[in-house]
Amino acid sequence: MTDIPIGAATGSDEDAVTADQWTARIRRRAEAAFPPKQLLPDRQPAFMASWIYVFGVLTLVSVAWVIITGCILAIMGPTWWHVSSIGHFVNSLHLWSVESFFFFMVIHLWGKFFMAAWRGNRRLTWATGVVSFLVSVAAAFTGYLTQQNFDSQWISTQAKDGINSTGAGAFWNVLNFGQMLMWHIVLLPIGVTFIAGMHILLVRRRGIVPPFDVHPKKGEQAAEAATTAEAA
Amino acid sequence: MVLGALFGALLGALINLNGNGHYIHWGFIQISVANLTVILLMILVFVLAILIPFPKRKEGDRK
Amino acid sequence: MSAERAKRRRFNPDRDVREWKGAYVPYDIVKEGFIAFLAVAVLMVLLAVVFSSPDEPAITLKRWSIADPVDFAQTAITELDGTSATATYGPPYNSTPDSSQHIGFFEPEQWFGVHQPVDTAQDFVIGPLRTLPHQPATQAALNVYLAAPAAQQNAWTTAYEKAVANATEVGGRLHVPAGRYGPVGVIIGSLTDMAQTGGLDGTLLSEGGFYNTNYTKPLLFLADGSYLANKANAEHLAGDQWGMMNETGNYPGQAWLWLYTMWYQVAPMNTSSNGDLEVWVIMMVLSLGLIFLPFIPLLRSIPRWTHVYRLIWRRHYRELASA
Repeated sequence: MTDIPIGAATGSDEDAVTADQWTARIRRRAEAAFPPKQLLPDRQPAFMASWIYVFGVLTLVSVAWVIITGCILAIMGPTWWHVSSIGHFVNSLHLWSVESFFFFMVIHLWGKFFMAAWRGNRRLTWATGVVSFLVSVAAAFTGYLTQQNFDSQWISTQAKDGINSTGAGAFWNVLNFGQMLMWHIVLLPIGVTFIAGMHILLVRRRGIVPPFDVHPKKGEQAAEAATTAEAA
Repeated sequence: MVLGALFGALLGALINLNGNGHYIHWGFIQISVANLTVILLMILVFVLAILIPFPKRKEGDRK
Repeated sequence: MSAERAKRRRFNPDRDVREWKGAYVPYDIVKEGFIAFLAVAVLMVLLAVVFSSPDEPAITLKRWSIADPVDFAQTAITELDGTSATATYGPPYNSTPDSSQHIGFFEPEQWFGVHQPVDTAQDFVIGPLRTLPHQPATQAALNVYLAAPAAQQNAWTTAYEKAVANATEVGGRLHVPAGRYGPVGVIIGSLTDMAQTGGLDGTLLSEGGFYNTNYTKPLLFLADGSYLANKANAEHLAGDQWGMMNETGNYPGQAWLWLYTMWYQVAPMNTSSNGDLEVWVIMMVLSLGLIFLPFIPLLRSIPRWTHVYRLIWRRHYRELASA
């Protein structure tokens, strides 16, 4: 059998040989769901003509900076920022990138709400956005818990009552610095990245929501007007 | 040495926000001046984002 | 949804939308992202340079016992006699009956049980004092106390609590009026001395092992006293001050927690012994409401009713009108 170089175009006969593979099936589904020109589009609908649309990307780059500054803090360890002025500066960058993140994210939420951006089978996009917000609150909370200063002492001893009342305090101990730090730098960033990633992929898949009709047609059937997931 | 002093100044705070916090009491609401400032700024930025015109595309861009 | 069902369903402007078949214009999203990345970097650096970030040093048991030995001793006796907030907390720290928060039969704190066990008498008082070498008076006092029947121990601790209510600080040292509190005076006095040397901080932490990163015990001990809470009150961080939103000094805090902390300020949550659970349930319901907003009639109509969208898409509507 002739070796097929990686990346070589193969004819349909060759594809038929591998068509049943998990690899091939996943690739076909991914290509169908996200054609490259849809994943990285170079055009947007003409109605996208407002500054409110930039707050999604501002939120995204803010979280990128949260992660970058967090990584710098991680290089030197959790005590560094208390003993080094450079460390304290990086901590300040981390704090203000978090403040920026929530600032832009909430404005993005307001904008999407007033656009009713869940319309046209975009409810999962909306839901993943809200869940991203909630997971981000948890991630920020564990950050405040792991500062190792007076603020952490107070926040942890107060928050324990709320968490304990739900029963979660039995295994999620806000007074346990080691546990909270690992949630903050490993588990919750993975959670935020995954859910925000799903959110962005859904925006690419469905496209941004079109405007309301100013003069909607009476008695119109939904199927005639809307594009469902199958057509997208 | 000059660079060191400059860097040192940059690493400190130009405006010191430590010290006693300032709070506003309005009925049952108590809010820090800092938080109120952030919230008002958010509302302002939201309003401006909606009102400020977005750059127009060139006529030939539409396809 | 089946095609037939979709056909039967009426168009609902708050749920459905006519997908865009109009013009598209070039838009460079990667360039937009790159510009945003730089813009946020500039903003972040400016804010960090101008305002920096807060870092109020942690309170140690040493600092507490030196600054307020009376409060320290008043807290320590409640740890020994099992009447402190931690000792009577219930799950997840211990099994105090009727201590868990509940709403009707819903009592998750009790259901999950004790998984962070804390015995305040042993962990905060007796255990640390037992680690002290060359302290024969302290060890003897502990031996007498532990050998006595429970009723005698109770009589001593009750008498000490009454006496320590009138304790004073003389040259940084604790001075408790005389009383019939047996060995308890020596025990609490030794614990206060141990705390003032810094030994108690290290011992409480290392009870979990040399490399312990779990600060449960020293934090619970600290929180049982008034020193930490008084400092928090002064910084406007207490629960009844909307403190959850706040940061030390004049820094912005966590404004996004405004709704969560608001419920703690209103009846009945603000006086309820089940307030924490009640607020959690409210916030879970509201969070689910936000997630499922697209399914909730009336609420999902607010964007269409308020007409803010006419400002957002005004150029589109103008072009439609002129077409």
